[in-house]
Amino acid sequence: MAILRVYGGGVGRLFVSAYERVMRSIPPLVLIFLLYFGIQTTVLEIPGFFAVMLALGFCSSGYQSQIFRGALESVGSGQMDAARSIGMSRLQAIRLVIAPQALRFALPSWANELATMIKDTSLAFVVGVAELMRRTDYVRAATFDPVIPFLIVAGIYFLIVFPITRAAGTWGQEKKRLVTGA
Amino acid sequence: MGAGEEATGDGCLTRVVSARDVWKSYGKVEVVRGVSFDVEEGTTTVIFGPSGAGKSTLLRCVNMLHPPDRGTVFLRDIDLMKTGSKISYYRSKFGMVFQHFNLFSHMTVLGNVMIGPRVVKKIPEDQAKAIALEALEKVRMKDWRNHYPSQLSGGQKQRAGIARALAMDPEVILFDEPTSALDPELIGEVLQTMLDLANEKKTMICVTHEMGFAKAVASEMIFMDEGAVVETGSPEHFFTNPTNERTQRFLSRLTELYGRHESGK
Repeated sequence: MAILRVYGGGVGRLFVSAYERVMRSIPPLVLIFLLYFGIQTTVLEIPGFFAVMLALGFCSSGYQSQIFRGALESVGSGQMDAARSIGMSRLQAIRLVIAPQALRFALPSWANELATMIKDTSLAFVVGVAELMRRTDYVRAATFDPVIPFLIVAGIYFLIVFPITRAAGTWGQEKKRLVTGA
Repeated sequence: MGAGEEATGDGCLTRVVSARDVWKSYGKVEVVRGVSFDVEEGTTTVIFGPSGAGKSTLLRCVNMLHPPDRGTVFLRDIDLMKTGSKISYYRSKFGMVFQHFNLFSHMTVLGNVMIGPRVVKKIPEDQAKAIALEALEKVRMKDWRNHYPSQLSGGQKQRAGIARALAMDPEVILFDEPTSALDPELIGEVLQTMLDLANEKKTMICVTHEMGFAKAVASEMIFMDEGAVVETGSPEHFFTNPTNERTQRFLSRLTELYGRHESGK
């Protein structure tokens, strides 16, 4: 997506930026409902799990495209010039020179986006997918205790997401080193 | 090889690069306006002039990094505007050294120098490595081969950049203000490397304001202003009696700025 946006010329750029704009402007919950109930009633039965997966996928891809676009652009035109000056084609340059560096630039923000998405999976609750949140709610219903189960589930989310944001921080340092050393 | 001395055979030198009426604009700004010049094998051509004169753009037109809008460039007898999809191949015949080095920051020095032979020429890994090490030896950077660009000084980066160009065994090396981004005390090592190459009779086109370097090795100098060639000639011509008034003004401004000449030795 991001490659299309940066190197894809007029049409590609227009398509991707429109896509990004739409996806980033719609709350994930709306998207989930739209896909789940919308497709359910018009086209075919889809399990809630797929609806949620699609919705979060669309939503997050809008953000991720933005992240990678920023990363690709931050690599700088000098790298492309240098790669092509030794005879690489545009594609070779993107694959061997631009993308590897962009990936390093993108990692911190990308990890943050991943964390956000993991937390957003709790939204699957609303369409009846038996994910972490819903299971916890079963426990609450069974035990009539709203505090402990939700505290535990908060802890579980924390345990999943913390290493990711932590890694994002470390990669951020790495990125700083790369930038200053360009 | 190595018969590139003054007059070979019938007294005709071999032309490696010929620019013919090159025009280039970005948007509405005409940056290069009808420039022509020839570069003979084994010689150094120095292009100089005020910033914004179109020197760097001209250099990028020469290797088709930014193809000219009008006019063309010949590499020997090949019209580069008519090479179509083979342009990448011909571009690899030009080495290019950049003002801001443009080393690939995710690769070691060795990786930077190897990738051209490896990927573009498809030379096997171990041979490509040998070629790269030889190029690094030439610029005295072999000991730094496992360092990343961020661990190097500007002068070292630039020498690595020169090695990257050399590893492709180019017919011509284009230098785009190779010392302009360097601290004064680091300029010497880069100029020395360039002098070595000139003395080895590598064909070079250098955009530079290092007049000491020009005096020492240039066989032809081109003064550009506002996208056009104002005056061409030998260093002797420029340093004794430049004819154009604009050239005179620019040269005296340069001496004012830099004082007695930086010799690069």
